[in-house]
Formats: sequence, C-alpha cells, structure tokens
Amino acid sequence: MKNLEMKKEFKIIADLLPNNSRVLDVGCGDGTLMKFLSKEKNIDVRGLELEEENVKLCISKGLSVIEGNAETELGQFPDKSFDFVILSQTLQAFYNPVTVLEHLLRIGQSSIVSIPNFGYWKVRTSLLLYGRMPKTNSLPYKWYNTPNLHMCTIKDFYELCKEKNINMKTIVGINNDKISMINNNNIKLKNLFSEVGIFLIS
Amino acid sequence: MNYKTENIKNLIVKKPLKLECGQIIKDYPLAYETYGKLSKNKDNCILVFHALTGDQFASGINPITKREGWWNNAVGPDKAIDTNKYFVICANVLGGCMGTFGPKSIDEETNEPYGLNFPVITIKDIVKAQEALLDYFQIKKLLCALGGSMGGMQLLQFCASFPDRTFSAVPIACSSSHSAQNIALNELARQAIMADPKWQKGDYLKNNDHPQSGLAVARMAGHISYLSESGLQEKFGRKLQEKADYEFSFNADFQVESYLRHQGYSFVDRFDANSYLYITRAMDYFDLSKQYKNGLTEAFKDQKTKFLVLSFSSDWLYPTKHSKDIVIALNATGANVAFSEIKTDKGHDSFLVNESKFLTTIKGFIDTSHEEFRNEKRI
Repeated sequence: MKNLEMKKEFKIIADLLPNNSRVLDVGCGDGTLMKFLSKEKNIDVRGLELEEENVKLCISKGLSVIEGNAETELGQFPDKSFDFVILSQTLQAFYNPVTVLEHLLRIGQSSIVSIPNFGYWKVRTSLLLYGRMPKTNSLPYKWYNTPNLHMCTIKDFYELCKEKNINMKTIVGINNDKISMINNNNIKLKNLFSEVGIFLIS
Repeated sequence: MNYKTENIKNLIVKKPLKLECGQIIKDYPLAYETYGKLSKNKDNCILVFHALTGDQFASGINPITKREGWWNNAVGPDKAIDTNKYFVICANVLGGCMGTFGPKSIDEETNEPYGLNFPVITIKDIVKAQEALLDYFQIKKLLCALGGSMGGMQLLQFCASFPDRTFSAVPIACSSSHSAQNIALNELARQAIMADPKWQKGDYLKNNDHPQSGLAVARMAGHISYLSESGLQEKFGRKLQEKADYEFSFNADFQVESYLRHQGYSFVDRFDANSYLYITRAMDYFDLSKQYKNGLTEAFKDQKTKFLVLSFSSDWLYPTKHSKDIVIALNATGANVAFSEIKTDKGHDSFLVNESKFLTTIKGFIDTSHEEFRNEKRI
C-alpha cells in the first residue's frame, strides 16, 4: 500500500516536470523517482541522500547521488543551478525546515515539496477518538521513533508560503488513488481529505 | 633490486615533455601493462593510476616480484573491474622504478644512474607522460579512469588537463591538494632515507648499495598512516609475537612491531629509495587549485566526465573532508558527480583490500557507465 502511494506521488511529481530539464532530488532514497525521470523524461537528475546503503544502491544504478545531509550540505549547490529541486515528504524531518526550504528555492528555479498532511481526517480522528498519536500509511511511526520533528498540515504549509511570499503555482492533494487540485476556495476541505499535499513553488 | 626486464612492456615516448621544473625530456621509457582485450570500437578501455609504491602490475601475480598485483582484489576476470569485459591499462609513473624513466635509469652522458641528477617531477608531469600511452593505443576517450591515493591525484589532474579523454572517473581516498600533515609524513619518510649512511647523497647505486634501513623505516611510517587506529587495535592489540611474556629487550616483542618490520624490509627488495624521494615530492607539490586562477572550480570547468568520488570513514591520511572539497568544487561547476563515504575500519588502505562494499559500488558504477558510454558512442 505504502509503495503504491509513493508511486502515485512520484507520478504526479513527474507530470509536473518538463522533459529534458535539470532536477535535484533531495532525499532521493533508493533512486526510484530519479531512475523514472531520467528514463521516461530524459531529465538530467542528481540526488542528495543521507543513508549510505541507499547511496550505494543509486550509484550502482548509475545515478549521480551525493551522500550527505540536506540540513547542512545544500550550501554546496550554486544559486539557480537546477530547474527544479524536489523534496519528497522530508521537510518535516529537519531541525530547521524553513532554512532548508529557502535553500531549495535558492538552488532551483522552482521547487516541488510534498508533505504528509497532519490535517488528514484519519490523523485528526485518531487523536480525537482514541487519544493516541496518529499512525497512518504516510505516517507509520510511533511517537518515540518518528523522524518527523515538525509535522504540519496542507493549510499550515500554504500559510507559510503566503507569509514568506513564496509563489504557489500548483497544489495537488492525494487521497488514496484520487488526485485533486487545491486552491484558496477548497483548501479547508482538501486539508481534511488529502493524505499528502504536493506544492509546486518558486 | 635487480630484476629481469623482459617481462616489462615499454613504450619509448618520443614526444618531448616539458617538465614543470623547466627541463625537457624525450625518448624516455614508459613501462606499462594491460589486461583484457580492447574492443573493436574501443569503448571498453579503463586506465588505472597506481599509488606511491604501486607499479603497472595491478592484476594477477606481479611477474617481477612474484607477489600479488597491488589491485588484484579489484582488477581481474569476474572482479569489480572485470577484465573479461574491459581492457585495463596501467603505467608505472614517471620517477618510478619498475621500468619507467626514473632516478634509477642510466644517464647516457655519464653512463651511471641519474640518482639526484634526475629532474624533480610533478603529478602533472606524471599524467602528461601517460597521455602518450592513450595515443599509442589510439584511444580518444576512455570508458573510465580510476585511482586511489596518489592514483586519485593523478586522476584529478588528468581530468583537469584532458577534460574530454574519459567518460567517467573514480577518484578514491585522495585529495586535490596535499595537506600539511601529508607533507609532514612524507618528509619524515624522506628524512629516514637520507639519514641512512648508505644513501650517499643518492649515489648508492653507483656503489651497488641501497639504503635499506632508511627505506624500511620510511615504509613503516607510511604503513602506519594507511591503517586506522581501530583496525590496528583489532588486528594486533597488545598481542605478543610468539612469546609468553616481555623479553625486556628491543626485539620485536609485540606482533605489531614484527608486522611493521616485515612490511618495511619486504618493501626494500622491490623499491628504489630515490624513487621514493621523487614520488613523495611530486605528491607534496600537488595542489590542483594552485594551477588555476579561480581555484579548484576552474580546474573542473566544463567537465563532461561523470564522477564518482569515494572516501573511507576511517581514513585519516586523506579524510572524507578532502573528498568532499572535490565534490563541492565539481558541484559548483555543475559537473555530474556522485559521492559516497564507505564506512569501514580498514583505513586509507581500504581501496586495496577486499572491501566488498567498496568493490560492489565501483562495479555497479563502471558497468552502468559502460552502457551509457556505448549509447553515447552509438549516437
């Protein structure tokens, strides 16, 4: 289930990216998305990844991935050196998400940031009805081992972008297999029914 | 160290080479070895650069020393650098002592070995000399070039000097510039050699002599720097050498002492002391950023080469920081670069030993590069 969900998200991200562009995938994991982008869309894609095992897996697939921590090592990429910088469901795991976000926008002409939505109805009901920290497909951890330090909702991130004058070109919500566009008018509802939010920003 | 030269392939380089020190050399021998077969369209050629004490015999059994080739763990049939698929070239460096022009070579003017009359050479000179080998095999572009330690420095220089001559490059456990600590350790080694009375200001060969003690100490110092503290501790700890208790003497009581002595004295049979001086000097002079006005970033300008930079977590001679600096400079130019720090306790020497994480990583990288290179050639 988790895998299918991931692929759905990757598919949406891939659709947002034009062919032949230059892309940096921050926290690229095992390189699934990178491989897809380079093969299907002829995208010149690089990755940054923390886990040694994942990095080696990527390199073995011929992907150019740098082992490093996005929190401290995004500074090495020059301004506007990529068309797009992708950050998939990791923003909430950083000590300083805003600093990371600023780097993404500095390095890329645009950025695609996806977040697991803490405003999703299952998350809300879990806390409301059972009084337990929420566990869902996109938030599978327990309270004591979660890497997610700064959980937020789609609405929270939306407000942050407004506050920081970040231009939101496209916002996509995913609910199971359904995809919907999010805008100022429907955000309250979508914030309730989307498990993951994808923001194309610049 | 006398050996039969019939097992050594030699290219006499006719093209004059102006060394960085100003001298010009020509018609000099460049000793090399090859493994595997060059494919028809020459898309499977890999150049390997050896480190300080290496030579051209990377794979199999070294026909001169009868010992295992220095990179036999990585190069050979069905190995990470698979000689069933790839054509591997390795040359003995300029200043070396395995058949290439070096301080041991005979000066035709005096009919005696050059000794200290040999010109001081640099990594750039070493690399330029090796370009002749690619011309000889008529290889416009290599599939891949690899090198660890000083081999990595040669590779960085090669990529900067000849940006179009390799499709991919793997600099391993190296640095773009020798640090104060690196220079200090090399100076320690040189001083050990020069303090040996048998060194005779470099003229020992004229008297059929060799500063074995000095060279052995130099090698011992080097060897310590190639291993990590935890690696040494795990291997030897405080174990005694074939004895129940201390001898209360200066014999090799500890296993680690015995090991070092063995490393030192088995080395002197196969290496020339003056070569050690010249090659360590070349390493110390290496500072790629100094060659370019705008530093390292300019050195890697317009790189089309696909890089894989590798370091080892327990390497304190060329720590990960050195590799990261290379990655940062490559990134700044928008070059295609991957980087990984291999977690191991085997120290700087990790690239020479059978370290599976390292070997599988380079294998995957080379094999995928091969596919990409063939596609590029087809287009």
